[in-house]
Amino acid sequence: MNVIETNNLTKTYNDSEVEVHAVQGIDLKIEEGEFTAIVGPSGCGKTTFLNMVGGLDQPTSGTVRVGDTYVNELKSSELIDFRLHNIGFVFQAYNLIPVLTARENVEFIMQLQGKDKKEREQRASNLLTEVGLGDRINSRPSRLSGGQQQRVAVARALASKPKFVLADEPTANLDSKSTETLLDMMEKLNKEENITFIFSTHDMRVVNKARRVIKLEDGKIISDERKS
Amino acid sequence: MAATELKLAWRNIWRNRRRTFITVASIFFGVILCTLMSSMQNGTYSKMIDNVVSFYSGYVQIHHPNYWESKSIDDLIIPDDSLINKVKESEHIELIVPRIESFALMSYGENTKGGMLIGIKPEEENELTGLKKWVSKGRYLNTKDDGILIAVNLARNLNVEVGDTVALISQGHHGYSASGLFPVAGILEFPFPALNNFGTYITLEQAQLFFSAPDMATSLVLTVDDYDKVYPAKDNLVDKLGEKYSIMTWDEMDPVTKQMIEGDKGQGIIMKGILYILIGFGVFSTVIMMIAERRKELGVMVAIGMNKLKLARVLFYETVLIGITGIVTGFLVSLPLVIWLVHKPIPLGGEVASVYEEFGMEPAIYFGADSMVFGGQILVVIGITILVSIYPITKIMRLKVTKSLRS
Repeated sequence: MNVIETNNLTKTYNDSEVEVHAVQGIDLKIEEGEFTAIVGPSGCGKTTFLNMVGGLDQPTSGTVRVGDTYVNELKSSELIDFRLHNIGFVFQAYNLIPVLTARENVEFIMQLQGKDKKEREQRASNLLTEVGLGDRINSRPSRLSGGQQQRVAVARALASKPKFVLADEPTANLDSKSTETLLDMMEKLNKEENITFIFSTHDMRVVNKARRVIKLEDGKIISDERKS
Repeated sequence: MAATELKLAWRNIWRNRRRTFITVASIFFGVILCTLMSSMQNGTYSKMIDNVVSFYSGYVQIHHPNYWESKSIDDLIIPDDSLINKVKESEHIELIVPRIESFALMSYGENTKGGMLIGIKPEEENELTGLKKWVSKGRYLNTKDDGILIAVNLARNLNVEVGDTVALISQGHHGYSASGLFPVAGILEFPFPALNNFGTYITLEQAQLFFSAPDMATSLVLTVDDYDKVYPAKDNLVDKLGEKYSIMTWDEMDPVTKQMIEGDKGQGIIMKGILYILIGFGVFSTVIMMIAERRKELGVMVAIGMNKLKLARVLFYETVLIGITGIVTGFLVSLPLVIWLVHKPIPLGGEVASVYEEFGMEPAIYFGADSMVFGGQILVVIGITILVSIYPITKIMRLKVTKSLRS
């Protein structure tokens, strides 16, 4: 079953005098439970593509369908609500809310969803334990290492029970050990809980773990490999 | 969610403690300064009005329609039971004191001086103006007294002492000549020179006899139960008494004091305005910094699903919390300070004291604790913070997530 389907997805920037064709007519289907890496050199359109799939940016033309919803047809306020209930985000620089503890960061998403306190606390504790931070739930981000912060970010991304998780260069700021721990954890979540992960990355360690690797160049898919 | 938004806002404002302390401190000192300034103005104006009212005019006076222009002993009213009852029945009126007054020549030995002769009911007058406490020598008048109270400078100029008899000459009602001899019962020493130069008091009965105006008066001096009720009281009296009488409030009788107060109030508003503009810019610059350094974080919050309105609310709370922290701390310090100053006016000496005395005021800086002394500052600072918070709200509503994430 397709979680994401893009059809002739195109993004052209007209900000400067020169038109930039960041994404050029991408047709792609991503199925539930995939562990997909989108790779390519800087400026090939990875982040732009993820932004459109995640409803953070509007395509110039083409469509993005997530489940039964055409994301490109949603209004700005509908998009925020759509992201809240359907998509988990993991950013390169972790981007946790610095004034909240690890548990509060994870709970925050559920609070926005209107979940009750008991459910929030329970799920936040479970997720943080699952990512190996059960003993750091009351630590603020500044007290955690980069790897630990990124694991909290993954727990936060999963807190809303999203249809899929978009991770934009999640290992770019991590050392080897933290990267390995993070990837093992995400792979485990993918396999055991069938959570769909889509990465944009340069990192070969991520590419090696991915079961599907989509290569972009100049805004177009130049290869789409599935590993057995 | 509101609790979380407040928690987020509170924690956010303390992310940069030093900056928040400086901003809160600017509001704190601003509130204290403006409260003290307002309190001082309030106290000074109250004292000025109090002087005008309690030394002489009362809050409201009833006259013959022509009296205030002519100041003539021919333009009198008859304060009979019918008039007194109507005034008594009128709302907010507390005290009714009749007077008859006109100029008279006073003579003792070779010395002759002009002065204001005021016929009073001693008890009622004392209740209104506290005249008795200004008797520095001799005694105060009683109801059936035939003596006279003379202000100290006038007594000095006439060279009279308690027990001496002064001769008074004036024009009586409807052309009668007025003359009489009055033994000096007491010398009055007011706290400022103006009244010490010309004030003389005899009983109302004696004055009516002197001016050949039995049962008549130049004015009915009234007090009201609350300063704020002066104008409603006047309106009630106008309704009840019609055009047969002229009814004047203290500020109509003493426009100079009123104008002084208005002028000074204007200056105060300008000074406080400048201070508040500085505070406003202080808060504004803090808010600009808070937004600029968290642009990416704000973008992330919207990206993960936080409604822009909710985020705008958090930033609104941050601005208001900074304001409230400054207001509360400023209020907690200024409240006891103002209360203390209300009870302990700052005495003045030297030339400043003389200037105060010339203007008929006791030489001290008085403070007031009117609710608006505090409320005014609170409302202004809240207003400033709400105004400043428009900026972050606008910023959030215009926030482009992808741009913010790239920043």
